[in-house]
Amino acid sequence: MTRRDVRLLLARNRGPLLALGVFAVMFGVFLHEHPRQISVNLLTTASNKAVVLALVAMAQTLPVLTRGLDLSVGSIMTMSACASSVLVNGSPSHVAFGIVLVLFGGLAAGTINGAIVVFGRIQPIIATLATGAVYFGIALLLRPSPGGDVSEGLSNALTYAVFGVPSTFLLLIAVLLLVWLPFRHSVLGRGCYAAGSAEGAAYMSGVRVGRSKMAAYMLAGLLSATAGLLLSLVALSGEASAPQSGAYTLNSIASVVIGGTSLFGGSGGMAGSVIGAFVLRTIGDLLFVFDAPPLWQPLFEGIILLGAVSLGAARVLRIKNRLELFT
Amino acid sequence: MIGGVLKSVDKPVLIAAGFIVVVLAIGSTINTSFISPTYLLQQLQVASFLGIISSGMMLVILLGQIDLSLPWTVTTGAMMATAVAQFGPWGVALAIPVGLLCGLVVGIVNGLGYAYLRVPSMIFTLGMNALLLGLMVLYSGGFAPLTRATPLMQFLAVHKSFGIPNALFVWSAVTLALAVMLRTTPFGRYVYAIGNRESAAYLSGVRTRQVIVGCFAINGVTSALGGVMLAGYSTNAYQGMGDAYLLPAIAAIVLGGTSILGGKGQYIGTVVGVLLIVLLQSMLSVMQMPEAGRQIIYGVVIVVMLLVYGRGAKVHS
Amino acid sequence: MTSGPRTPFLRMEGVSKRYGGVTALEDVNFACVPASIHAVLGENGAGKSTLIKIIAGAVQPDEGRLLIGERTVRFTSPVDAAREGIACIFQELSLMPDLSIADNICITNPPQRFGLIDRRAQFRRAEALLARVGCADLHPLELVKNLPLSRRQMVEIAKALGRNPRLLILDEATSALTAADVEKVYAILREMRNEGLAILYISHRMHEIKALADTCSIFRNGRHVETYAQGSHDDEEIVRLMIGRELKLVYPPKPQQRSAIDPVLEVRHLSWQQRLADVSLTVGRGEILGLGGLDGQGQRELLLALFGVLSDQRGDMQMNGAPIRISGPAMAKSTKVGMALIPEDRKTEGLMLPMSIRDNLSLAVLSKLSPRGVVDRAQEARHVDDAVRSLRIRVDDLNNPVSSLSGGNQQKVVIGKWLMTAARIVLLNDPTRGIDVGTKQEIYELLRKLADAGTAIVFYSTDYDELIGMCDRVLILYDGRIVRELSGAMINERSIVAAALNLSDKDASPEAASVGTAA
Repeated sequence: MTRRDVRLLLARNRGPLLALGVFAVMFGVFLHEHPRQISVNLLTTASNKAVVLALVAMAQTLPVLTRGLDLSVGSIMTMSACASSVLVNGSPSHVAFGIVLVLFGGLAAGTINGAIVVFGRIQPIIATLATGAVYFGIALLLRPSPGGDVSEGLSNALTYAVFGVPSTFLLLIAVLLLVWLPFRHSVLGRGCYAAGSAEGAAYMSGVRVGRSKMAAYMLAGLLSATAGLLLSLVALSGEASAPQSGAYTLNSIASVVIGGTSLFGGSGGMAGSVIGAFVLRTIGDLLFVFDAPPLWQPLFEGIILLGAVSLGAARVLRIKNRLELFT
Repeated sequence: MIGGVLKSVDKPVLIAAGFIVVVLAIGSTINTSFISPTYLLQQLQVASFLGIISSGMMLVILLGQIDLSLPWTVTTGAMMATAVAQFGPWGVALAIPVGLLCGLVVGIVNGLGYAYLRVPSMIFTLGMNALLLGLMVLYSGGFAPLTRATPLMQFLAVHKSFGIPNALFVWSAVTLALAVMLRTTPFGRYVYAIGNRESAAYLSGVRTRQVIVGCFAINGVTSALGGVMLAGYSTNAYQGMGDAYLLPAIAAIVLGGTSILGGKGQYIGTVVGVLLIVLLQSMLSVMQMPEAGRQIIYGVVIVVMLLVYGRGAKVHS
Repeated sequence: MTSGPRTPFLRMEGVSKRYGGVTALEDVNFACVPASIHAVLGENGAGKSTLIKIIAGAVQPDEGRLLIGERTVRFTSPVDAAREGIACIFQELSLMPDLSIADNICITNPPQRFGLIDRRAQFRRAEALLARVGCADLHPLELVKNLPLSRRQMVEIAKALGRNPRLLILDEATSALTAADVEKVYAILREMRNEGLAILYISHRMHEIKALADTCSIFRNGRHVETYAQGSHDDEEIVRLMIGRELKLVYPPKPQQRSAIDPVLEVRHLSWQQRLADVSLTVGRGEILGLGGLDGQGQRELLLALFGVLSDQRGDMQMNGAPIRISGPAMAKSTKVGMALIPEDRKTEGLMLPMSIRDNLSLAVLSKLSPRGVVDRAQEARHVDDAVRSLRIRVDDLNNPVSSLSGGNQQKVVIGKWLMTAARIVLLNDPTRGIDVGTKQEIYELLRKLADAGTAIVFYSTDYDELIGMCDRVLILYDGRIVRELSGAMINERSIVAAALNLSDKDASPEAASVGTAA
């Protein structure tokens, strides 16, 4: 690769690289300042908390790439976690079947979202707001009160580590490699970027915008379901908690922004969103490590969140022609 | 003349109004007191809270923006008002103004974040929501605050004058003021202009930043006012009291025909949308529908209504 | 070069299209023949764009049919038309700014391997196409949004060529190109024509049509009026066919050259980023000052700088002797300064398309119309009616959205909006680009009338004819600097072209005068 190629590559991935740098520093400080020794257990716990959010952030990335938004990711996750607490138990074949059902449910939810947005031509933000309520309702039907039964064997497997690397982290990498990488370089995936960058132009160029958007929302549903599955395994139960669902949705948006994906669509990627999720999760850990008084923690988290998303998105500092500030 | 009035109202509003009639009809078959004047008045009272909160949010949505800090602005307004009310007679008098002032400050900061920093309002207000949550947790020490609402707050929220809930008067006053402003003042025209095409409004010499900050500021005040009224209704403030209002507010505004992208919408639509949402929720509770069913029906109704009239244009070129 | 009839590649029979109450096309019969460059002429609203969109598959006709060879075809989307070998280059580019050049060029039919896009093959294909259009210096992985407009248009052309089209449609495709690029495009088009490609070409520029076209078709009011071989009609006849009445494009007479300029605005050492460097100029009362030069040399930025849109600009400005710093359009519009800007893109910078004509017209003076905080509707109506009358804006109902007007009338609304502010200085950013002949004439007369009444006008145009016909003085910009000031008899095509290319006067050769204009 020539020097120009390298320069171009770096310039295009500026956002995620910056986020990665921030995360590296933060996590390094966290490990250094942690009162207890760095242990596999420590990494596993940290990884488990972060991977669930990372998966939801990955889910959110795709609709955002198409210049849309999916406000139902948290609800699909919750619905899947509750479904999992009902289905994913018993014999290994029963467990496997349960997993397939749960993932299929997420895919179906995503398909409904996509259909309403593409064929119904309803704005994504309000469409997914409404469908999110429906999915949360289903979650409540499945699990009116917290509890349920989740395969302990599977749960154990997923909360341990393989050669020092937490298995949940391996799962994340696997999903990135097996789902994101192929999608990104497929015609459907590139269609998502095209649709987000200039939908009218993409349509005129013969890009199948509708299909790409459908794929985006369907994958978002599938990934949210994966997050829900993992959450149920980590917590060994299911719970239809509205605050938790809402928090995951909003945090997924924040992760996407911190990771360098533009809310206006057309640029960014899942890798950045994963890093953004990790950055978000580490904030809380850092506050704990520095013995921040517990009552102050939400405030610090809020300040940092506000600062992070503002920095990521503040364009006024870079743009000198005010006319370009309006998109 | 009726024809003239009907023509000036957008079609979505008429459809939403029609839906209200449907809900009333269904509700009355389940329980005839559903359409009794006392019950309806009570519903109007409940609707007033959502209505006040939605009226400011509508301005922000007309601009093409959104305010996700609504939940904790509402709560902050309530908590600060009830907190100040503890400080003797001066406190009681200043309770409501302080609550509103908090909302004003939050709104101004939100507006500045978008107008000057150009951070998309969705994420800036998201951050603000988290910030306000943190501030209130710190203030309340993690416990439910032991504060009480002032008599004036209760008067406005709970009591009636001439048989009509005072909350309804407050809602009407706020809506009327904002609707008049939108229709007759330059500021109102600028709001629609910015919502339609901010760059063209800017180049036409409109002070777009001032208008934006103004709209967010008004939204902050109405949110806080909603919080103050809610505190009056339940006689104290509690954590998370604003959470249940964000989605219904957005839904009410959109069902009333306002475009989520900005630039289009009438106040009468938001009023109708609020009534529709409140009646729908109340019908579901009369049917003794469990929370799960309510959520599902709620979501389905919104999607169906949007499919009827909320659809965007086909992408041609 | 064409002799005798050939089988058309594509034919239209009895095609009609209506939008609401407006007839865009009425019973049109039309044919495109291979190995020919076929120009389509007509005023704005004549139906050219609709014709093209139907052929491109973006719009479906209400009546009539399309035939390719002997087959009747129905295009439900641009994909169908693309499959038949129809490629389009529109005035509004079809590029995705956030994607790379290679992605954009290969967007329709990318090379694939194992079901995924083969990026290396894509890169090579893009490289080859870029070289073919003479832009080998562009790196295929560069993002389109980082390219200047003229380069983007070349990428657009490369993209169309990459589809190996059988019919290529260009709709005002060279409007943003530099003179050098225009020549390259001419050469490519001629080459492809010789190889058998059918080319449809919409343009308002007679020089281009004379240079390129074999056949010309004229449309008027949605009807196909006539098709003739290039050269068989002279200009006057063509204009008459287009407009349907006798009309000469005549520039209003300029006043006697003044001895001294009565300065309204003075600019010293204006610099901004790398786009403007040490620009100093004076704008005088009652004069029309032109800005010229190749596209993208800073003319647009200069107008924005004067209007206060650019931040971090260095240099001084003086109005009527007193120093001033314009902080933004709101201040520029104020009575203290009294400036107006007719922007480059009326759809995104000049108008709120969904809002009514009345609301758009009165937007700039709303505060003046509201002495007591509420808009005085009667006064607003008077102002709006005045503007519609004096500008002869063709409207049915002032409540209609301004998007329902034709391009020329839309531009008149933008101008009307600013006229209401009674500005002392009017800046215009290429106001007649893409506008029909009749409206252009009206705009020229209006500007001269304003100047005669004392308004100072700064007029940027990419059309040299306009600069020569309208301006009292012309400043030529090159690379963000003013390289030449022309006045009086020196305002001629030769000097302008020479200065635009940054040649000194003695370098200006006879050939320079015949270089295709940058317009």
